[in-house]
Amino acid sequence: MANISVKVGALELRNPVLTASGTFGYGPEFEPFIDLNRLGGYIVKGTTLNPREGNPYPRMVETPSGMLNAVGLQNKGVDYFIEHIYPEISERYSSHLIVNVSGAKTEDYAETARRLNALEKISAIEVNISCPNVKEGGMAFGTTTTGAAEVTKAVRAVYDKTLIVKLSPNVTNIAEIAKAVEAEGADSVSLINTLMGMSIDVERRQPHLSTITGGLSGPAVRPVAVRMVWQTARAVNIPVIGLGGIMNGRDAIEFMLAGATAVEIGTANFIDPMVTMKVIDYMEDYCERHGIKDINEIIGCI
Amino acid sequence: MKEVKDFTVTAAERINELYTLLRVKPTDGSMLPRIEPGQFVQVAVNAPDVFLRRPISVNDVDVADNSLDLLVRLAGKGTRVLTGLETGARLNIMLPLGHGFSLSAPSSAGRILLIGGGVGVAPLLYLGRRLRESGIQPEFLLGARSESDLLRIYDFRAIGRVHLSTEDGSAGEKGLVTQHSVLAEPIARIYCCGPSPMMKAVAKIAAERDIDCEISLENMMACGLGACLCCVENTVKGNVCVCTEGPVFNINMLNW
Repeated sequence: MANISVKVGALELRNPVLTASGTFGYGPEFEPFIDLNRLGGYIVKGTTLNPREGNPYPRMVETPSGMLNAVGLQNKGVDYFIEHIYPEISERYSSHLIVNVSGAKTEDYAETARRLNALEKISAIEVNISCPNVKEGGMAFGTTTTGAAEVTKAVRAVYDKTLIVKLSPNVTNIAEIAKAVEAEGADSVSLINTLMGMSIDVERRQPHLSTITGGLSGPAVRPVAVRMVWQTARAVNIPVIGLGGIMNGRDAIEFMLAGATAVEIGTANFIDPMVTMKVIDYMEDYCERHGIKDINEIIGCI
Repeated sequence: MKEVKDFTVTAAERINELYTLLRVKPTDGSMLPRIEPGQFVQVAVNAPDVFLRRPISVNDVDVADNSLDLLVRLAGKGTRVLTGLETGARLNIMLPLGHGFSLSAPSSAGRILLIGGGVGVAPLLYLGRRLRESGIQPEFLLGARSESDLLRIYDFRAIGRVHLSTEDGSAGEKGLVTQHSVLAEPIARIYCCGPSPMMKAVAKIAAERDIDCEISLENMMACGLGACLCCVENTVKGNVCVCTEGPVFNINMLNW
């Protein structure tokens, strides 16, 4: 059997399959369907320093080969996570637990990261500088090299373990942003977050989302994501985590060929809650079929 | 326990141009999971231009037959495919989802009224059947624009007394369900599912008269598992997922 384990920063992943933040809840939601311990790891819902109610309903609309969402980082805050969610999931699962961290101010990112740094079973954090659905912070940091660097630097100063920075595709040159966060000590970058989009109900002459614009995900964005992963992987020396519309194992391999060391499965979890397991099976089978002894051989071979 | 499995359509009845009643059974012959009234399923639609699963409420369950009835209203791309299915078609279904209506006996005396309109009548049939099995006598108050829009009234009549409202007066009392004379009677509990304005009007009456009232929401949803946080309703506990905390809510939970 081929080796499909990969390394991201200090993280040894038993396979390259992670779940994308905001699509997998805190994990237990998927326990009826899959063995979470088979995952390379999973990334829990975006967590902020203070609780957030998120945006008003409606927050979602289906679009061609995808969906727009405008959830707006609804979560109960980092302290609630530490007190009520972490004890349960850290006991229950042995997969790498990664927390997605978001904030409105640089200090908020740093303080959230500092509190998570103390949690033994959180292997890494993914810093979200790319959420298109919040008024302050979020994507604002991720669309300039200076903003991205500032947040990365502040978090790096207080966080000792693997630091992943999640990048926004809503930029002119994503590789430049990646280089900026690499220079400030990020161990990895994950991309892409959702593409900013919009959809209108023409009968009602109203936007479908309460926030008018939202984040596009699903296979509609995949070619854009593959291209950005390819551009970024050639520009940086840290591992790239690829995501954006992965629906099956073939799509996951496509991202690895473009340069991703690991992948995140997001929106596909909504349609097939078993999809992550199928992707892992596919990777093993793919290596077998192509006589690949170690999946690391195919990373970035394009 | 929630599961995803393949089902086969064993009967497809086109009730009218908008509604189809699908009877489905697990393709592999396995047992249906236990399903409570008010719970729903997420159906994968096998069509290239449909991306997400479609939430459909459970219309009825026949344990002996190991089958599930889904009443589908044509509302868009997804339901266009579902309402056009024929016997023998395969469907991948995630079920059972959400939490349903409470089946306990109400604390006060009076009628148990199940109020529905449009496709909202769907979950009330199975609810009525289960209430009657537990010794509670349900009565239905069903509303529609016209007699031809009332769906399978005989199914409801087999379970309990049926009161009808039509806007044009072609069946039952003329007007909206909220104007029906049965609402003047002592009522112990109301269960309601239908268009949003109807549910809001019913909830208002129930709140004014201090009647225990549960309604079933139909917010747009993606995952159905409480993961995406798209289908939230603003409640006294803040934004909560309709797919897991609901779809049935007591009206005292809602900020209506």
